[in-house]
Amino acid sequence: MKAAPFEYSRVADVDEACAMLAADEHARVIAGGQTLVPLMAMRLTRPTRLIDINHIAALCYIRVENEAISIGATTQQCRVERDALIRTSLPLLARVVPFIGHAATRARGTVGGSLANADPAAELPLIAITLEATLCYRANGRTQDVLARDFFIGPMTTSLPNDAILIAVRFPVWKGNVGTGFHEINARRSDFAFVSAAAQVEMTDDGRCRRIAIGIGAATDFPIRLTAAERQLQDTVLEPAKVTSAVADVLADIKPLSDLHASAEYRRRAAVNLATRAVADARARALGENFRAH
Amino acid sequence: MHIRLSVNGTEHTLEIEPRTSLLDCLRDHLNLKGAHAGCEHGVCGACTVLLDGVAIRSCLMFAPQAEGMALTTIEGVTPGPGELSPVQDAFCETHGMQCGYCTPAMVLVAHALLADNPNPTREDIVEAISGNLCRCTGYAQIVDAIALAAERIRGANRPAGLRK
Amino acid sequence: MSAGPHRFVSADRRVREDRRFVAGKGRFVADIELPNTKHVALVTCPYPAARIKNIDARAALAMPGVRYVVDGPELAAATLPLMTGLDTPNVPRRPLALEVARYSGEWILAVVADSRAQAEDAAEFVEIVYEPLAFVLDAEQALQKDSPLVHEAHGSNVLLDKTFVWGEVERDFAASPHRLSLRVKWGRSSTVPIETFGVMANWDPWREILDVYASIQMPRFAEQIGNALKIPNTSVCVHYDIDVGGSYGVKRGIKHAVLCGYLARRLGVPVRLIEDRLENMRGGDAHGPERLFDVEVAFDNEGVVRSMKMRALENLGAYAGRSPFQLGKPVGAIVGPYRITSVQYRAIAVVSNKTTQDAVRGFGQGPTNFAIERCIDEVANFLRVDPLEVRRRNLIRREEFPYLIPSGTTYDSGDYQTVIDKVIADNGYERLKAERDRLRRAGKLAGIGIGACLEPSGGNTTFEPLLNPKITNSTSMDSCRINVDSTGAIVATMHTTSSGQGHETLVGTVVGEVLQVDPDEIRITRPDSLNSLPSGTPVASRMAIMLGGAAFHAAQKLKSKLTVIGAYDIGIPVDRAAYERGEVFDRLIPSNKRSWTELVTIAHRNYHRLPKGFEPGLAVEHIYQVPTGGTLPTSDGRVQMYPCFAFEFHLILLSIDPDLGRPEILRYQFGHDCGTQINPKIVRGMSMGGIAHGIGAALYEEFAYNDDGQLIAQSFMDYLLPTSHEVPPVEIVDHETPSPLTVFGQKGSGESGYLGAPAALANAINDAIRPLGISVNSLPIRISYLGDLIADARAKVAK
Repeated sequence: MKAAPFEYSRVADVDEACAMLAADEHARVIAGGQTLVPLMAMRLTRPTRLIDINHIAALCYIRVENEAISIGATTQQCRVERDALIRTSLPLLARVVPFIGHAATRARGTVGGSLANADPAAELPLIAITLEATLCYRANGRTQDVLARDFFIGPMTTSLPNDAILIAVRFPVWKGNVGTGFHEINARRSDFAFVSAAAQVEMTDDGRCRRIAIGIGAATDFPIRLTAAERQLQDTVLEPAKVTSAVADVLADIKPLSDLHASAEYRRRAAVNLATRAVADARARALGENFRAH
Repeated sequence: MHIRLSVNGTEHTLEIEPRTSLLDCLRDHLNLKGAHAGCEHGVCGACTVLLDGVAIRSCLMFAPQAEGMALTTIEGVTPGPGELSPVQDAFCETHGMQCGYCTPAMVLVAHALLADNPNPTREDIVEAISGNLCRCTGYAQIVDAIALAAERIRGANRPAGLRK
Repeated sequence: MSAGPHRFVSADRRVREDRRFVAGKGRFVADIELPNTKHVALVTCPYPAARIKNIDARAALAMPGVRYVVDGPELAAATLPLMTGLDTPNVPRRPLALEVARYSGEWILAVVADSRAQAEDAAEFVEIVYEPLAFVLDAEQALQKDSPLVHEAHGSNVLLDKTFVWGEVERDFAASPHRLSLRVKWGRSSTVPIETFGVMANWDPWREILDVYASIQMPRFAEQIGNALKIPNTSVCVHYDIDVGGSYGVKRGIKHAVLCGYLARRLGVPVRLIEDRLENMRGGDAHGPERLFDVEVAFDNEGVVRSMKMRALENLGAYAGRSPFQLGKPVGAIVGPYRITSVQYRAIAVVSNKTTQDAVRGFGQGPTNFAIERCIDEVANFLRVDPLEVRRRNLIRREEFPYLIPSGTTYDSGDYQTVIDKVIADNGYERLKAERDRLRRAGKLAGIGIGACLEPSGGNTTFEPLLNPKITNSTSMDSCRINVDSTGAIVATMHTTSSGQGHETLVGTVVGEVLQVDPDEIRITRPDSLNSLPSGTPVASRMAIMLGGAAFHAAQKLKSKLTVIGAYDIGIPVDRAAYERGEVFDRLIPSNKRSWTELVTIAHRNYHRLPKGFEPGLAVEHIYQVPTGGTLPTSDGRVQMYPCFAFEFHLILLSIDPDLGRPEILRYQFGHDCGTQINPKIVRGMSMGGIAHGIGAALYEEFAYNDDGQLIAQSFMDYLLPTSHEVPPVEIVDHETPSPLTVFGQKGSGESGYLGAPAALANAINDAIRPLGISVNSLPIRISYLGDLIADARAKVAK
């Protein structure tokens, strides 16, 4: 499983990388390479040139930008995993990162790489969708923003133009009594999930849900927000039976994926179950209740 | 292309095709045979080496990507010809291997874990090796080895850093 | 048998091989470098069945670094087909497909280049025109009259269909108040070692020797290479000092070796093929049994099973080497640990357009144990009797050994009840049941699973004549040679490769025990095949018994020799001389002795001090035949199979998340009796590894195919091996019922855990879901399948 031959370039800035991409339609950028390299080893993709953007300092950061946290695209997942700012301001992201692959892949894999790869079962696209992240890319010397819901358009497919490079992702920060929950089901602990569910809630002091976001991953071609369920659950106390019912209603209309690992019906049922549990966890954490994960 | 790699504290200048994986580069160009190919698609972990002290999969990197970083292989944590590090000795004490194919990777993961966390729980150890497949041992004696190594290293009053 | 207490045997000693492995200094085949080596990559068939119409390799040959390509016709003209086990001359097996390709992934052409990468580059430019043919994947469909034929010349897809009747089966069924039938399926999984198969071959035309370095675990490897290449065995030199990165049966690699051997001779350079993982999974011919069992048992009101009818239908894949014999070996333990008095066994092996299988740990015993244990549980369920109690009523009792089973094998020894008693000591079983019931009351699905199984060990190739009367093998040997040189250094040899079983440690321990010398002072070497004595290789859980036995007897010969030399030199009759720790002394006057150094000096240098005509030097060897070996099957297929029978008892508490269908092992207890344990660290490792492997076979692993005949579990992304998270802590309880047949009472343990874990896990899951009125009898048991099954059952209950 040796990759097909290619040229290798290391660049110092993004625009240089974009120019190389524009010059050769079969060139690709590489950052961590944790998904690109095995694809190349299996010859499922054969770029003519790899443009290594992993050493562009300007792309590697975690910082506050207005009411959001901005993460540079080549920031490694393990860095996000340990970051104090992420832990306090983006608790859902902090909760989810340890589920991504293995420690050895998080040591090299990047936030931008996972988002651009857009695997239906990947955790970072799910959080991006759930929190309505904004993705920023650079092409032809200009920076563009695109909302997560417009970015992920198919399995392993994004709206990123061919000669564009993802440079950052911005996650809005929620204030108040915020709690998060995340569950996934897979065959083995660190496998790609069959289904995953992420939830973030902001609760009022008297236990009502002021704001809620629920996302489901791995069940469909790209992660989805359960906006209809969210509308139903807003301003309620998030009683479990109502949560289940709201989630089940929305999921009755989706066409889940079916493959070797899980049937469509399994994914649908599991999505309901995991979403209910994620919301319950988020609620309990937001209210600071004596908490045991559901 | 020419690349410069820093491996086990030594600088090497190599002429390789860019598509040469870091694993193949170490094995074929530097004659460091301790890292092994098990799957070449980043799942089994037998190719593990340390990059700036952190365990990574060398089959998931092309050699040019490693330029400018410090690599440590199993040969680099072995103290000398015929000598074993406390981690390696603990693996021998508990028989934390059988065929030996995944072993260098497991030893390196153990070194990296203990450098970061000198007092790991069994759950920490299980998590740390969960990215490395072993088909022989069922993992029990590997976990025992790492726990034993941690105990011995703590008892030896040595600095936590074990990397060369 | 040499009874304890022992100094070194059973002591908790380190495994000497470990030293090199922890330093990354093992010598695996991919580590071997020879100058000017060329590398092979394969071009494989994309269809499950296709006629090869045309091969055009011109573009490939023109590519950088490419030296040669070889196709099926060229190879077939120069070599003989590979050896097979059954008498099926119209089902030949070759390294490269000839005219017809019979599974997706089958090797069509080999490209040889200066580097593996260049070979892979060129492989993409080979143009092959195929005519897809009809194909069959399912074993039951392959049996149908209108099924596509995998091998037209054979006339059907059936390679074996043999029925044995041992005892009065019909009478026993008629006399029994109850009977039940069960269908169970063992899914297509295998051992999948982390190291793939690899081989390097190098032909020296001046010495006329083909050097072969391979990651091999295979009896008669050198012989099969020589046979296929049509060169005498004196020209084949297999190097046994290669470390094998795991095998557990599958590393047979004969097609790889013949291919490389041919190329090496043709090209005059070393030729190397290291399978990549894709080649290994799809075309390495290393799949395992995929077996459908229809079992019927006849039993009384107490749950005592009197008779059993078993039909085993095996899906071999497209070709067959020795793999069909995996239907024969279980005959030697066909009733498991139970007192079943008559058995009808029908073994059917069919070909299909799937990847060829090879030997998997247990050689068919794991699937058979799974079928038997599921039946026992269903008998218990039928009668509403506790499954442990039913087993107690059926188990062979300690005083009944040696025990002759209906199929002609005698079990050497056992004390199954005591092993179980030890595991459930302190009312453990009742407490476990109470815990299960508490979980159920809390709304969980919870179950207890039991597996009580035998591990036949020691090996004996009598399953060959059982299934192919043209074969008359009745022996399985191993050997050891010991030489003490003029300085007194002890070197002992073993004559096969190892893949982690610690055989060097085994030989050192045994020889050290007999000679009363520190094992660490004994050098163990592995000469190559030209310098070796016969060895059956590490199959059949045989090496502790066979290599241990050979080493023991060789060491005894050496001890005798030293005693004779010492007695003669002291001037006493031999029976007055005693040997202790390397010295020989006069029992009556102990101060009258000869030291090790003196004895060695006499043997090597002082011929005048040796008895007249005595062979000088201190070299001995022993070739050891398997105990109880030497008889062929009777006309009704009764045969003494393996000599020794280890026992294992699995007791699992498991819960299942009812919504997600995910099983979680809450407690795993394991009772194990393999007789005397020569090295406890090695035995524990075997058990834990086997249990992990069994967990994989039960819950995660499958070579799954889609309807288009494509293997969809082609990589480690989809073929799921257990990680450290999937293997729970296991409480191991040891017991030792020695074998009367072996030198230290040792039995084998190489298949420990694997042979019973899938049975126990399946039983636990079934116990958990039984209250819903459902069952699952097909491995692997996937989360999604379980989840859907449970959801459907609950929906029905709700209605």
